[in-house]
Amino acid sequence: MSLARRRAINVVMITLTYVAAIIATLPLLFILLHLLRQGATAVNWNFFTRMPAPTGESGGGMANAIVGTGIIVLLASALGLPVGIGAGLFLAENRRARLATIVRFLSDVLNGLPSIVLGIFAWQLVVRPFKHFSALAGGLALGAMMIPLVTRATEEMIRLVPVSMREAALALGYSKWRASLSVVLRTALPGIVTGALMAVARIAGETAPLIFTAFGNQFWSVSPTQPIAALPLQIYTYAISPYDDWHAQAWAGALVLLGFVLVISLAARFATRSRFGLGGD
Amino acid sequence: MGSAAIERDVEREFEREFERDVATASASIAMTREGAGVGALACLAVESLDAYFGAARVVRGVTFDVRAGEVTAIIGPSGCGKSTLLRCLNRMHETVPTARVEGEVRFEGRDIYASAVSAIGVRRHIGMVFQRPTPFPTMSIRDNVAAGLKIVPRGERPDRRATGEIVERALRRAALWDEVKDRLNGSAVALSGGQQQRLCIARALATSPTMLLLDEPTASLDPISTQRVEELVYELRDQVTIVIVTHNMQQAARISDRTAFMLSGELVEYGPTNAMFTTPSDARTEAYITGRFG
Repeated sequence: MSLARRRAINVVMITLTYVAAIIATLPLLFILLHLLRQGATAVNWNFFTRMPAPTGESGGGMANAIVGTGIIVLLASALGLPVGIGAGLFLAENRRARLATIVRFLSDVLNGLPSIVLGIFAWQLVVRPFKHFSALAGGLALGAMMIPLVTRATEEMIRLVPVSMREAALALGYSKWRASLSVVLRTALPGIVTGALMAVARIAGETAPLIFTAFGNQFWSVSPTQPIAALPLQIYTYAISPYDDWHAQAWAGALVLLGFVLVISLAARFATRSRFGLGGD
Repeated sequence: MGSAAIERDVEREFEREFERDVATASASIAMTREGAGVGALACLAVESLDAYFGAARVVRGVTFDVRAGEVTAIIGPSGCGKSTLLRCLNRMHETVPTARVEGEVRFEGRDIYASAVSAIGVRRHIGMVFQRPTPFPTMSIRDNVAAGLKIVPRGERPDRRATGEIVERALRRAALWDEVKDRLNGSAVALSGGQQQRLCIARALATSPTMLLLDEPTASLDPISTQRVEELVYELRDQVTIVIVTHNMQQAARISDRTAFMLSGELVEYGPTNAMFTTPSDARTEAYITGRFG
């Protein structure tokens, strides 16, 4: 192959990777632009502080849905974070154990499960026995979704901590669990926080698992045992309605949700840049 | 070979004498308590020690003793089991999956592998420093040195002021104080490799161990940092009994009182460093120290 030909192929290939990189960022850019055009006018103070208004009335907001999403995410985190971090620690510490291989595989399967299936699971487990929808059921569905995300993130981050750190702690007379917690887990913490925040960002926008668990609520409710409003559900309800003012509200809701996810992702980036994190030389 | 056997017999005789001394006094020294400091008693006796990784026997029937207030060097070619032997002396070997130990290691007269003895207690009295510096990256320089103090039972834990004093003393003993005294709250991983290694020595010294095990502590350091660590080992010999594994025969010759030569998991020869390097009694030792293999 001649040098000119190799150079030509090189140029073509490099151009293709640039094109691919640009295409990869285009969807987000388009969505952001579209949301800003459609939704920016409806995002105002009222949107955050008022309850939903009937169609035709102006000045309604999504205060209940915003607070509802917050509560559901908190409930989900209360389940997903401790279980996920604990399981990740287990996987990292017993890397080659038979149980670890099984757990790792099942966690991957759970991660690939369609989110609506998790909704059905929470419905069967909580909604059916209690005979009504609840924030708790929504939290369970989203929490189950969070577990594999946090588990894998935790495992990866702990595996980045050199074995010599654990050995150094053991040689100082640390017990096994103490070395795991105050040295290994502590060293991996910024990475785990990032993983946890990314998991929160991922579940906060989920709609399908909430349809028959949290269900949505037109009224103000913060009780975990009652049906509760959530931003994605509210967006869905408004978007499929025939009213133009509700459509505008749906766009605004989508913009707020995107903003929320963006803020969390930025926070996650910030968390990795801790004072003496991994690679902090 | 014959002379090695004689020497070993002499060693045994010595050991028996030593044991009697130790046995009478060791009753008063509890393993869980702060050790007796460095005195004539502090001593480690290893008897027919075997160490395994799974089915592989990497240390084979090693018997020797470490005398208090001395620097003992373990030399030998790569893979001869010298690091494993060292890790058996403070029960670090067993932290590796499938690893196991047979035989006896008596520290101040008590078998550290006895079922009543906890590995944690042993490691608090026999500190260890590794081949590569291992500062805890999330902790400041001060917290790194104090790391071993934080796990002392609540009642006996030194308070803030006492901790500060212990940290300073440990850093001074490790010849690092002057370099870090103005940045104790700074990151430990920002230090140079040699400083990090001296920090690890300070961290090990902070809990006042009776013994210090050094596993090729200069293997990853430049010549100047190596020299500083060697000087440090030389200065510390009065305060703490040291066992050092090294690849470097000149290092062993420079800083140790006694040298053990290992080959294929066996202890070939053990004796005063001077004698070992001038008139080795075993042909294999001679071959190794004259550079014919390894």
